[in-house]
Amino acid sequence: MHDMSAQAVHHHAPPTGFIRKYVFSLDHKVIGKQYYGLALLAVFIGMVLSWLMRIHLGWTNAAIPGLQWLSSSGAPGGVMTPEYYLELMTMHGTLMVFFVLTTAPFAAFGNYFLPIQVGAEDMPFPHFNMMSFWVTFVAFCVTVSSFFVGDGPPLAGWTSYAPLSAVGAVAGPGQGTGQVLWAAGIAIFCVGQLLGSLNFISTTLDMRCKGMSLWRLPLTAWAWFITSLMGLTAFAVLMPACILLILDHVAGTSFFVASNLVINDQLQPHSGGSTLLWQHLFWFFGHPEVYIAIVPGMGVVSHVLISAMRRPMLSHRVLIYSMLALAFLSYMVYGHHMFVSGMNPISSVAFSFPTLAITIPSTIIVLIWIGSLYGSRLRINSASLFALGFVSMFVSGGVSGFFLAQPSLDIMLHATYFVVGHFHLVMAVAAIFGIFAGTYYWFPKVTGRMMNETLGKVHFWFSFVGAYCIFMPFHYLGMAGNVRRYSAFVDDFMQPLIPVHKFITIAALVTGAAQFIFLYNLIYSRFKGAPAPQNPWEATSLEWTIPSPPPFDNFGGKLPVVYHDPYQYGVESSTGDYVMQDSPEKIQSVRDEA
Amino acid sequence: MRRAFAATSHFKGQIIMAKIFAVTIILIAIGSAIPILRHTWVAPPDISTHGAQIDEQMSETMAEAGISFLAAQIILALFIWRYSSRRKDEKIRTFPGGATGLVAAAVILVGLEVMALGAFGVKAWAKVYFTPPGPNAMPVQAQAGQFAFYFRYPGPDGKFGPIHPDKIDEGTQNFYGLDTSNDPDAKDDVVTAELGVPVNREIHLLMHSKDLGHSFYVRELRVQQDFVPGLDVSLHFTATKTGKYEIVCTQLCGLGHYNMKAYLDVMSQEDFDKWMKEQAANQ
Repeated sequence: MHDMSAQAVHHHAPPTGFIRKYVFSLDHKVIGKQYYGLALLAVFIGMVLSWLMRIHLGWTNAAIPGLQWLSSSGAPGGVMTPEYYLELMTMHGTLMVFFVLTTAPFAAFGNYFLPIQVGAEDMPFPHFNMMSFWVTFVAFCVTVSSFFVGDGPPLAGWTSYAPLSAVGAVAGPGQGTGQVLWAAGIAIFCVGQLLGSLNFISTTLDMRCKGMSLWRLPLTAWAWFITSLMGLTAFAVLMPACILLILDHVAGTSFFVASNLVINDQLQPHSGGSTLLWQHLFWFFGHPEVYIAIVPGMGVVSHVLISAMRRPMLSHRVLIYSMLALAFLSYMVYGHHMFVSGMNPISSVAFSFPTLAITIPSTIIVLIWIGSLYGSRLRINSASLFALGFVSMFVSGGVSGFFLAQPSLDIMLHATYFVVGHFHLVMAVAAIFGIFAGTYYWFPKVTGRMMNETLGKVHFWFSFVGAYCIFMPFHYLGMAGNVRRYSAFVDDFMQPLIPVHKFITIAALVTGAAQFIFLYNLIYSRFKGAPAPQNPWEATSLEWTIPSPPPFDNFGGKLPVVYHDPYQYGVESSTGDYVMQDSPEKIQSVRDEA
Repeated sequence: MRRAFAATSHFKGQIIMAKIFAVTIILIAIGSAIPILRHTWVAPPDISTHGAQIDEQMSETMAEAGISFLAAQIILALFIWRYSSRRKDEKIRTFPGGATGLVAAAVILVGLEVMALGAFGVKAWAKVYFTPPGPNAMPVQAQAGQFAFYFRYPGPDGKFGPIHPDKIDEGTQNFYGLDTSNDPDAKDDVVTAELGVPVNREIHLLMHSKDLGHSFYVRELRVQQDFVPGLDVSLHFTATKTGKYEIVCTQLCGLGHYNMKAYLDVMSQEDFDKWMKEQAANQ
């Protein structure tokens, strides 16, 4: 580790102009906030799309007032067409997975807090960092622009399986220009994530202050570090895959299209490509991607829970090893998305066992969280409620993985709502709960003001109960054989399930509406919240040693020196039951540790 | 004094909220288990020879997942209930056995059990995918296209005529691109919109797609398999109960995906022979 304390010199001076300060900023904190803002915009668009889809699924022929203004061809008279349903579904998945679940917990929180938590003034490559955000912003604009071109966004789903995604407009509305814009947007997004990951890795390895050994990094910093390792390898595969997909559209290549396909009675000009190649490339990225979405949340939840429990986790290192095991295994399991894809059935068995093995690190993480609650002095606030809610959601979504990891059961459950319920609970709702926990926890540091606790708790109750009402029934639907990605349930056997869909739709509308309480709280507290002290949660890591909001150079020109492990709670010290990481004070443990 | 009072009432409010939270978690956990225990929404009864093993595997997995789910949620709730009301002067205690005990529990109680479950489950998978169809299995071709399935029987000669993709024409109902005037094998081929099969007879389904990715899913048959454009995929099954069952597409294939379905008609041998004659007459 370098001794950075002697090097308290800026990589760049504090900006003075508006553009450099707020727009093309090199400051990791501003970039973190920009990422958060982008994720916030994307999540509300994604949520409204899900509302429209849910209304359509519950009441298929109902006119949604005003929808015709959004797309006159997609919703003539406000009644959604099947293709428009699929287009909204594709954009919902794309916006949520890429621009929310990857952007907020990793890029937003990580950018803001990783340099502070390692004791650095900024990331090592601030220009790359600025570029990573603006590239991501361009990716967002390109992806969303598909709403406004030709016959709208693609309808191939966020997974964009070939050849549907590769043969062009002949396969359906949005499959021409819309699909190319999608692939271009995602390829650009990958560039942003690669730049960001490089910065995160070098910040963690090279920018740590004196005394900050790797084991002394908080669990959040470890989670971002592990995520950036995954990001670097996963996005490096998705980007070329998207480029090849674009070439199939614009250059007459046939990477993903086989010979002799007849679409709409027209023999296609492609030959020699492989349908399964896209699935392999996509899921080689796609499975690590779900860990990219959830591992930062695990870090945030651990970090928030520790300060709420007033004790460290039962084992700091076991948690880190388990997250590393998740990251490692994530590359060996992607084939479980393809059990019935036509891939060699022996491969299905080979992919099944690493998938089942993922249960082990996941269970260890959950048991460490729950076991650490034992004997603690748990504080209940909006942040800790969401963190505990995360644990509950992660368990509920995790156990359905027992089923989906087995090829023989996947025969029944593949492509049903069981899968939709599984991934929404385990990686979407859980990750969003991680984002909420992080927001309530760090808002005082970022803005210098407290969020309203009462509104926070109301928001929590609606979100917690609501998320279960929405996503638990998905599992029941799936077990009854309700197929996903259907814009209406015309099959006889699905008719009796429509009341369940109506219930889910109502739950989704209420839960979604409650998110505006959060938005209001965020905006109101930013301007009118009670002033926040430097360390409102009596927490120990470096971000709480500096003023709220932090100064431009984080540590006032003098880098900190670290003397302790990150989580010295449950001790006796001059400050109370905790010792700051940069306090030279000797620690007297009063924990009843074995 | 007032501040101290405010702090205590805040602490009390926190305890009450924690207890409500704990109770909510338990209610949600039990409430989620009820429809499973009461079989409110389940797959219809199996009509295949291989499905019983899948069903058994499903219930064993449900038992294991259900116990893990309930145990984890209830212990989480109990700890939230118990440890949110501890005061500042109470000592922090450590879970008996610490992390080592929990790691051992995770590996032994959950990890190994789930791996064992997976190992047993391979038997059910093997029955579908690792055993070749028997010599007497009846070959039927299945072709998927936007947004319909078509099935082809080889006719009395037992041979399928070659497919000419350039001759595929929905307008003339030449769904398979057959050239009956030049290919003798194609002459007696029978193409249908419904998958008629005799009961208790093994079917060897030869699957191909004419355009995009599709899938063949029959819940009652415990069968789901994707059609892969450019790749011939096959599947074999034996239906043991007569009746009509829905075949649906489960691989997103475009705007009509939700409406892409056909029927599997399982008939007695006599009914099947009669049906086949009618279909042959309609060609």
